Amino acid sequence: MLFHRFRRKAINAVMLTLTGLCTLLAVGTLVFILGYLFEHGGRSLTWDFFTKLPTPVGETGGGMANAILGSAKLLLLASCIGVPIGFLGGVYLAEFGRSTFSFVVRYTTDLLNGVPSIVIGVFAYTLIVLRQGHFSTLAGGIALGVMMIPIAIRSTEEFLRAVPLSLREGAMALGASKTKAIFTVVIPAAKEGIITGIMLDLARVAGETAPLLFTSYGNNFWSPGWDHPTAALPVMVYNYAISPYEDWHQQAWSAGFVLLMLVLTVNIMARVILSRKGHVAR
Amino acid sequence: MSASTTTGFSARPPRRALAFWTRLRRGDEVAYTLTLTCALSILAITALLVFELYTNSAETRHKFGWSFLSTSVWDPVAGEFGALPFIYGTVVTSALALLIGIPLGVGAAIFLAELAPAKISNALTFLIELLAAVPSVIYGLLGIFVLVPMLRAAEPAIRGVLGWTPLFSGPFYGVSLFSAGVVLTVMIIPFIISISREVILAVPNEQREGALALGATRWETTWDVVIPYARKGIMGSIFLALARSLGETMAVTMVVGNDPKIHASLFAPGYSIAAVIANEFTEATGSLYQSALIELGLVLFGLTMVINGMARLLVLSTTKKGAA
Repeated sequence: MLFHRFRRKAINAVMLTLTGLCTLLAVGTLVFILGYLFEHGGRSLTWDFFTKLPTPVGETGGGMANAILGSAKLLLLASCIGVPIGFLGGVYLAEFGRSTFSFVVRYTTDLLNGVPSIVIGVFAYTLIVLRQGHFSTLAGGIALGVMMIPIAIRSTEEFLRAVPLSLREGAMALGASKTKAIFTVVIPAAKEGIITGIMLDLARVAGETAPLLFTSYGNNFWSPGWDHPTAALPVMVYNYAISPYEDWHQQAWSAGFVLLMLVLTVNIMARVILSRKGHVAR
Repeated sequence: MSASTTTGFSARPPRRALAFWTRLRRGDEVAYTLTLTCALSILAITALLVFELYTNSAETRHKFGWSFLSTSVWDPVAGEFGALPFIYGTVVTSALALLIGIPLGVGAAIFLAELAPAKISNALTFLIELLAAVPSVIYGLLGIFVLVPMLRAAEPAIRGVLGWTPLFSGPFYGVSLFSAGVVLTVMIIPFIISISREVILAVPNEQREGALALGATRWETTWDVVIPYARKGIMGSIFLALARSLGETMAVTMVVGNDPKIHASLFAPGYSIAAVIANEFTEATGSLYQSALIELGLVLFGLTMVINGMARLLVLSTTKKGAA
């Protein structure tokens, strides 16, 4: 009997310690990733990285200015597609939606969100590249734009729903039409959350590589306009990492570091804003 | 906040309350149509996606039929295409990731939900969720230059313990199904942790108090009462993680070894559906080759749709919050 109780207590202690170790391992991984990237990518980061074009193999130095601009262009294009559709779709779900149809839209949105990014890339390829006959910034931007829509819809909907009903009733009691109430009272009240949601969405697609591999492809030079292949930061990380050259690996670390800092900064900022507003914090 | 309760206005603009023209002048009809169009476009895009993948893979679908999924010869030069090695690699790497990831993830979720004080739990969860935001190409970069050398160094030890199984036989070059499984583990753990933690937190306190009052230890309470109560949601989180690992491209491509053959050993190089598309799509010469890769995309799409669909339903049924 005594032994039995001892055994139960021992199991209790061991298992609870193990759960702690699991947590430590998960958090440790993040710390390790940050530390390692800082050590290998951050230290060797030079100003040239942001201002110069990639150099040919064998020549040291050079940067990824074209990839940074390329990523910016792709994200701009993606926002032009993803933000309006996602935002207005979210407004529909939160303010106008009927139950059954809304459920279908919501469910489809979640499914589209779960489609592997490489499949979105194939989709954009068949849709644009195959028809146009060449890789382009346009195709890459559309691929990223499609990826942005689901999260933009769901986060917009969520933040609009968090606006108290009394605000809508107040606006309408003052004689505002439904539309006027939504656009002048409800949306401004949820503005901060919606913008944060979209920032998070952008940060996510900013790191996407797979949908760009055969849409915007890559480019060692500046890419004029929207109709040419363009370099992008995540694709550069990939191409340089799998190359056999030592100094390219170094560039891959630098690019990876810049990319990670960008993504994490946006994420941390967004979460701080949201928890201050009491959306995420419990 | 709950997504399923209606906090908006009454479901639609009152149809008969005002004349159509009045509503149009006030903008209601315009806003309704505009936002409805955007909501509809989600359905249209998804339908278009399926349509594009389906029509563009017609050539291989007609030539190979269902045998595409069950043959294992991948020879672009001879025009022979079988998807089995890729399906095998995808399933094996994901299974391995789940095998390691589930105990780790659920364990950490238990710690965060049941043991850690709320402040520490929130802070740690914040950090762990940041892991989910790390781009997959960064995981691949670390995979190539950190994990693979590490596994090479650890190979004798792994072999010493598990070498008697056929799963760890044959030469080990570093890039392998095993390495891909380990990278995937790191990538899916944040999902398992953050969703499982949420569903465990949602278990009513009376359940815990009841078990503790009956003399159960903290662990017995958790394992025999709380976890069974939250099991549907935890299953949901596992399915979501599975769907993500099945479709994961960059990190797997960079460490899996890219060998389109079926090897029993986890130490052997392999391939996955997403990886073969990423690697060979731009160099696919000839329409048959390309069609085969697009059909692989269709297969991957179908696979993740089914898993995701089930995951959403499971999570939905426990937490009433589909957008997990």
